[in-house]
Amino acid sequence: MLAAVTSLTVLGAALGLGLGIAARRFHVEPEEIVAELEALLPGSQCGQCGFPGCAGAAQALADGKAPVTLCPPGGKSVAQALAEKLGVSADLSALGESVPMFATVREELCIGCTKCFKACPTDAIHGAVKQIHAVLKEACTGCAKCVDSCPTEAVGLVPVPATLTTWTWHKPGHA
Amino acid sequence: MLAVATLPAWLQRSLIRWGVHPDDHKRPVADLPVERLPLPARLFLPLQQHVGAPARPVVKIGDPVLKGQLLAESAANISAPVHASTSGRIVDITTYPAPHPSGLEQPVMVLEPDGEDRWIDTSPPTDPFSLPPAEIGRIVSAAGVVGMGGATFPSAVKLALGLRVQVEILIVNGGECEPYLSCDDRLMRDDAEGVVDGIRLALHAIGAQEARVGIENNKPEAIAAMQQAAAPFPEVRIMPVPAQYPMGSDKQLIQVLTGREVPFDGRAADAGVLVHNVGTCHAIHQAVRLGRPLVERLVTVSGGAVERPRNLVAPIGATAQDLFDYCGGLASAPARVIMGGPMMGNPLATTASPVIKGTSGLLALTQEEVGEDDRAGPCIRCASCVSACPMNLLPLEMAAHIRSDDPDGAFHLGLNDCIGCGCCSYVCPSAIPLSHYFSYAKGALAANERSKLKSESIKKLTAARLERQEREAREKAEAAARRKAEREAAKARAAAQANAVTTKAATVDANA
Repeated sequence: MLAAVTSLTVLGAALGLGLGIAARRFHVEPEEIVAELEALLPGSQCGQCGFPGCAGAAQALADGKAPVTLCPPGGKSVAQALAEKLGVSADLSALGESVPMFATVREELCIGCTKCFKACPTDAIHGAVKQIHAVLKEACTGCAKCVDSCPTEAVGLVPVPATLTTWTWHKPGHA
Repeated sequence: MLAVATLPAWLQRSLIRWGVHPDDHKRPVADLPVERLPLPARLFLPLQQHVGAPARPVVKIGDPVLKGQLLAESAANISAPVHASTSGRIVDITTYPAPHPSGLEQPVMVLEPDGEDRWIDTSPPTDPFSLPPAEIGRIVSAAGVVGMGGATFPSAVKLALGLRVQVEILIVNGGECEPYLSCDDRLMRDDAEGVVDGIRLALHAIGAQEARVGIENNKPEAIAAMQQAAAPFPEVRIMPVPAQYPMGSDKQLIQVLTGREVPFDGRAADAGVLVHNVGTCHAIHQAVRLGRPLVERLVTVSGGAVERPRNLVAPIGATAQDLFDYCGGLASAPARVIMGGPMMGNPLATTASPVIKGTSGLLALTQEEVGEDDRAGPCIRCASCVSACPMNLLPLEMAAHIRSDDPDGAFHLGLNDCIGCGCCSYVCPSAIPLSHYFSYAKGALAANERSKLKSESIKKLTAARLERQEREAREKAEAAARRKAEREAAKARAAAQANAVTTKAATVDANA
């Protein structure tokens, strides 16, 4: 009885001490983590996560106030990188359903007001005053900032179509 | 390591510890004479029939073309040109279902044959062996020759690589280990001289001293024909190998013929060898000796649903339906139509898809041949897949990772080394679609990689935009400051002038 109590006490004390030392020894400055998390985010400051820009999102992630799946344009790869950095397991199943989107301009509605291309955080929209605008698919993250800025509802998001190079086999149905 | 193929035949079999031995279904089709497909009403020539960048069209809609005329030129370092399969007229450049499981469309040129089948003027060199090796590569490149075993890698790129890194041995793949297929068998039986000549030209092009031709021992006629054709040339060695799937996979064939192993992240050239298919060697022969680009190929049309299965010479661009129709049509509705072999080929979404340079076979399989899809059971950890895997991987473990959404875990177990041969799925007593898991995971990892690249480029764009905005703001501020300074200078000048005027006036006044 005594031996058991003593050994558990000693064990607990030793492990506690060890953890305490480790916490001080390997202490990470919170600012560093925020900066590292921000570096992983796309950096387009689109605000789709509901936080003020990528820095705000990184702060929220570091504080544990947001899930790693918070970034819609980042998709699966960013969520995975964030989860790895934070050492948490991520439930990516919800992300699997959201398909990547890109913006398109309906030419019959576009009045060439340049509002959307001023709003675009990645310069994916090209055009000039009174000219129909066009979207560079490769540079668009589907952040929807342009959609909100358009006065004529000419900008919409459509799913990125599969091509022969991006098409992949589906997961086998077997459970 | 030991080159198994150099040992006596009775020993070879027991030394090969991988693979499977499916019923080969090659005969009687392999013994039937080859027939030529009559020209169909329209040919659909995809701009991308090869690994690499799609070719760039050099003719316009409405242009008349001759057989063998260049239609689309090579568009990058790794690319291949496309030539007219017959004489006629280009009636359209459009999109058309690709020979791909997705059935997605790809850009094609539509050629309407005029029935004359008239060749362009060909001027082959009189003695190709007196040409510099690089010149052979140039002719092969211009002829649009790509790997005809199905990999469709531009052959000239491989020849140039072989010349650059000084490979010692040319491996010629006559394995044809896939069940049903017999087009390479037929080619070796019918034109062994052409194949051997192509092998010698390839040897010249890469500066290697020796060619080893691996042919599975279930093709005795082809072995005999090749041995006879190669008899005058000691540098070409015909080496029968045991019929064991996937013997026709390059890494396995290299090991059996030379005892060398290709490094896990390397290419065949890293092991000092280069692999070409027998069909590719024949195409090289045609290109160099006759000046004829790759415009037709041998295709095995077979499977339980085909009325009269046989080997056909088909122009590139004929549709799968054209070939099936010529073979008496489909006796019953096929459960699956496959381009290539049943183990590694691609299921086709539609029979409208055209024959391309890498099409070795078109199979219409019945439900009985395909087997049932939905009888997969739980893994009983029997490790049959581990014994069968020719790459020494652990298929059951990799599949377990993938099933629980962890393709990275499978990657760390060597998913990238998986050659997709399907041996694991074939032997699995629980009928788990292991190979399908790996195809899915490879796609998922590639998609991840693409999105990573995209987010990196997005980051650059965002940074560039911020920089631009800052610069614009700075320039604006500077301009404003400059204007302000100018205004003030002007004001000061005006004040000074006024001052001067008053002073002058005062002086004048004083003088007066």
